[in-house]
Amino acid sequence: MKQRTLLKLAWQSILKNKMRTLLTMLGIVIGVGAVIVMVAVGHGAQSQIEASISSLGTNLIIVSPGSSAQGGVSQGAGTFNRLSIADAEELKRDGTTLAAVSPVITTRLVVIGPAGNWRTSINGVSPDYFTIRDWTVTSGDIFTDVDVKSARKIAVLGATVAKNLFPGVEAVGAQIQIGHVPFTVSAVLAAKGQSATGADQDDVILMPYTTAQNRLSGNVRLGQILVSSFSPNDIPAAQSEITAIMREAHRLGDNADDFTVRNQTEIAKAATSTTSVMSGLLAAIASVSLVVGGIGIMNIMLVSVTERTREIGIRMAIGARGSDVLTQFLVESVVMSILGGIVGLMVGFGGSLILAHFTGWSTAVPASAVLIAVGFSAGVGVFFGYYPARKAAALNPIEALRYE
Amino acid sequence: MTSASPPAEPPRSVIEIAGVTKVYTMGTNKVFALRGVDLHVHAGEFIAIMGSSGSGKSTLMNILGCLDVPTDGRYVLDGVRVDGLDRNALADLRNQKLGFVFQGFNLLARTSAVENVELPLLYDRQHRWENPRALAAAALGKVGLGERLDHQPSELSGGQQQRVAIARALVTQPTLLLADEPTGNLDSHMTVEVMALFQELNEQGITILIVTHEPDVAKYAKRVVEVRDGRILRDHPVEDRHNAADDLRALGEDDPVVEVEQAPPAQVAQT
Ligand SMILES: Nc1ncnc2c1ncn2[C@@H]1O[C@H](COP(=O)(O)OP(=O)(O)OP(=O)(O)O)[C@@H](O)[C@H]1O
Ligand SMILES: [Mg+2]
Repeated sequence: MKQRTLLKLAWQSILKNKMRTLLTMLGIVIGVGAVIVMVAVGHGAQSQIEASISSLGTNLIIVSPGSSAQGGVSQGAGTFNRLSIADAEELKRDGTTLAAVSPVITTRLVVIGPAGNWRTSINGVSPDYFTIRDWTVTSGDIFTDVDVKSARKIAVLGATVAKNLFPGVEAVGAQIQIGHVPFTVSAVLAAKGQSATGADQDDVILMPYTTAQNRLSGNVRLGQILVSSFSPNDIPAAQSEITAIMREAHRLGDNADDFTVRNQTEIAKAATSTTSVMSGLLAAIASVSLVVGGIGIMNIMLVSVTERTREIGIRMAIGARGSDVLTQFLVESVVMSILGGIVGLMVGFGGSLILAHFTGWSTAVPASAVLIAVGFSAGVGVFFGYYPARKAAALNPIEALRYE
Repeated sequence: MTSASPPAEPPRSVIEIAGVTKVYTMGTNKVFALRGVDLHVHAGEFIAIMGSSGSGKSTLMNILGCLDVPTDGRYVLDGVRVDGLDRNALADLRNQKLGFVFQGFNLLARTSAVENVELPLLYDRQHRWENPRALAAAALGKVGLGERLDHQPSELSGGQQQRVAIARALVTQPTLLLADEPTGNLDSHMTVEVMALFQELNEQGITILIVTHEPDVAKYAKRVVEVRDGRILRDHPVEDRHNAADDLRALGEDDPVVEVEQAPPAQVAQT
């Protein structure tokens, strides 16, 4: 039988039972729709993470303590800390491809302001930090190299800290106590929003790294060194220069690196790998409903084969081969499931828009999802339609003709 | 088809069966439906197979129609050795050489007359047929239903449905037309109508085998084969052969192809 005739035949039989076809398709529609929504949520989360990582700063390179041991398991960064202020100063002095260098000394302390207390993270940095992270102030001035040299007790407040310590009051010029040390607020930063991991980037106080090193008590450590290259194209050159300078400074000789140099893309990859695992998991759960939809198709096709036993007998009597009958039923289930897949695609697309509207999540349906949806539903049609079609094809013509 | 053969040649053999048996095994029970049947049918014959219920007529027809295979015996159909062929080869034989007419019409429901008739053409593996739709319409014209192409089985009388089934059997220009009680569901008037059509087709050279219980129907055939208990009991020519067209006229009609309003309940396949 010609392909066009087969398709026409399948289409006619689908139209003859509109309600049943709709109900059968519903399983596939829901399955494909659920998969599309899940993929859209995962994909949206991923592109959001990518966007917020690029908000970290331009041409960013991060040097962190510890080697990137095999298998990506880094040896406990806190227990094996061989980054020092001297490393940062050396990079700043010797680096030719490095536009800006800033150490980042971190600790968490309680800050006392006129309106109350606030526990926040304290970062000791150099003025380059503001360049690297592309961070501007809303009022006041950031500190300078002179302030660093003299280890002045001045603090730059993140937007969240300013809001909590000085609600509705001008913060610049005011006095605060950080770990019982008095500081003067020199500036308030512009808001940056959430980081890739969902942390509030504005819940922070920045100060000269010398001040942080000399004046603050507690678990003060050099967490990382931030570097930026002159342009994105310079990143590889900058990374190898950093590695060379650091190895020299640490006198590593033949030993492996005791630090890790990563650029923004590598960080983004690391951050999104978890979400892609998550969204893969969600899609896998959603595809269970696709399988359930497929079982629905199989069920209906089995009923249909029984109902149409006589028709099958007639077709065989006038010369249809088993393979003709098999193809007829298979085409029918595939057409039905592809139709369901296309409708499911539209439902999933609409569903992800509605979800985005009500939850504020960013969702995005990738172009590949269209192919996946149609491909998968066709696959479901073949897989679950094959058994009933085989059953139809294996019927004995006389018994089929005699069937009441 | 090569139906125009010189009169000097002996008639071509269409069916040749020898020692055909059919045994159904039901648990430990064995039912001998056919116990060794020999039959020769030549081109152009019109045979009525008669016999009491359960004598094996349908079993024989199914084997002749390549719908079933004999337990034992030899079967040559139009020069092709049939016993031992696989399912696909049998399907192709049914499509190319045979036409079936059933007691219950066996048309596809919710499918127009012309679509029903063109179906065998669509299953042809050699794609011999150029324009199936036109051929189907022509076949319906031949059985007097040229005006009913788009009617569905439920919109046709029993006689008309049986004529659609006959058109479907004819459309592939088969060597042999097999009909198992084709008039079993029809009233006497429609029976004569259908038999007139069979006689007309037989005149045109088609070999026909019908199964019937009714002596009145058998007298339209040229030869009667009586079956009893799975064996051929008697095989004889029809002496006072009737002409169905004449009988129709005697019944008060002058057109052999007439529309009859009443139809007995028809068995139609679900689609
Ligand atoms: N599928 C089957 N399984 C078992 N026995 C069968 C089967 N088909 C037919 N038979 C038996 O074979 C014998 C012949 O049956 P068949 O249908 O050929 O009779 P028939 O002459 O056509 O009768 P009728 O005039 O009632 O149609 C019967 O005894 C029947 O019970
Ligand atoms: Mg019978």
